[in-house]
Amino acid sequence: MFVTVHMPDGATHRLEALEGWRVMEVIRDWGLPIKAECGGACACATCHVWVGEEWLAKLVPPTAEELEMLDGAFQVDERSRLCCQIIMSKELDGLVVELAPESLADAPPERLAVGG
Amino acid sequence: MQASEASTDVIIVGAGPVGLFAVFELGLAKLKAHVVDILDKPGGQCAELYPEKPIYDIPGLPFCTGQELTDRLLEQIRPFEPVFHFGEMVEALTRTVDGKWRLTTDTGRVLIAPVVVIAAGGGSFVPKRPPIPGIEAYEGKSVFYAVRRIDAFRGRRIVIAGGGDSALDWTVNLAPMAGQLTLVHRRPEFRAAPDTVRKMRELEEQGLVRFELGQPAELKGSDGKLDAVVIKRTDGSTFDIESDTLLPFFGLTMKLGPIANFGLNLNENLIPVDTAKFETSTQAVFAIGDINSYSGKLKLILSGFHEAALMAQAAHRYVHPDKTLRFQYTTSSSELQRLLKVA
Repeated sequence: MFVTVHMPDGATHRLEALEGWRVMEVIRDWGLPIKAECGGACACATCHVWVGEEWLAKLVPPTAEELEMLDGAFQVDERSRLCCQIIMSKELDGLVVELAPESLADAPPERLAVGG
Repeated sequence: MQASEASTDVIIVGAGPVGLFAVFELGLAKLKAHVVDILDKPGGQCAELYPEKPIYDIPGLPFCTGQELTDRLLEQIRPFEPVFHFGEMVEALTRTVDGKWRLTTDTGRVLIAPVVVIAAGGGSFVPKRPPIPGIEAYEGKSVFYAVRRIDAFRGRRIVIAGGGDSALDWTVNLAPMAGQLTLVHRRPEFRAAPDTVRKMRELEEQGLVRFELGQPAELKGSDGKLDAVVIKRTDGSTFDIESDTLLPFFGLTMKLGPIANFGLNLNENLIPVDTAKFETSTQAVFAIGDINSYSGKLKLILSGFHEAALMAQAAHRYVHPDKTLRFQYTTSSSELQRLLKVA
């Protein structure tokens, strides 16, 4: 299954994803510069993405905790999610997200995976 | 501010779990430490990001929260009497004429020591800057991320943006003296102490606070002087709030900060070290925890603890080149137990 990520600089990446992985982990482990400071604990709001309109209904709705953490993000709208809280599943194969500028890391993390 | 100077054995930059445990390992080697951190409290990410979140991978502690881990580390290092400098950002690291390190902080503090340990994790916590075009030009004149002197805001027409404790606390504290105060938040719910929210609602009823739903999108003004904040509503429409002051409170984020200018080798914002001493390419400057990099590095708290132990051995050689550090166990060594104040 795949996730398509639009980066703030306009680049688009189609990333292979594994079922059960957090979208944040997929983006990070392919070596793209995502801040994700708290490492997926829903505690920092630095993995903010805008989800493609057509995918919103397929997502598990955000918890109260995620909505609270989104208060620490910018340009939040109804498509806003913290992508550490989106778990990949068959229904989400093809998911499209756009990374919010404030969640872009200064430098890419160490590359953990290789591939196209 | 009065300049203050102190000498010690080791300066630790960062009071997160790894910086705190470094105090312990250095203490067993009879080395004294000063610890500097930009936060106003110990614990680093554990205290700032996830004080209530669970940690399951600390050896011997099947479960603890970020705050519990911090509290236990503080208890563990208490016998070594570390000197903490909280709320201070390191500024510069230079060599003294006699080959020691001289570290300065943004309060004018000067620390001198033969050894420096960088345990700065993901960098220093700094306020999040809203992605508003041109906001930098207003910072320090009309846009502020912290309130140092309440009096400086007397009579001003203030917009506070955010929905957490800082936003609500400052709304309640500044409202009585502001010329006008508008709180702007994206939703009607707040992530703040219920009592403070109640006080804010009371001030709103009294007409001292205006609450608007939305997010700041644009600033109007010139030469750093703010005239109005443009607020974007959820439906995309906008409106202006005439204002001379914007206080954005969206929490903190991590930036490497002045450590980048210490002259250390950097690789993608991490500090390369060897895996025997965890020393940087600069002599007597060590890097431990999430900030370092080496082949096979895992950013785990327990990795940082191991790194601290080996660092302390090497640090001892710099502080006491004439002495041999005897390897001992806390279980059996009466000398170590005296240091730990249990014997």
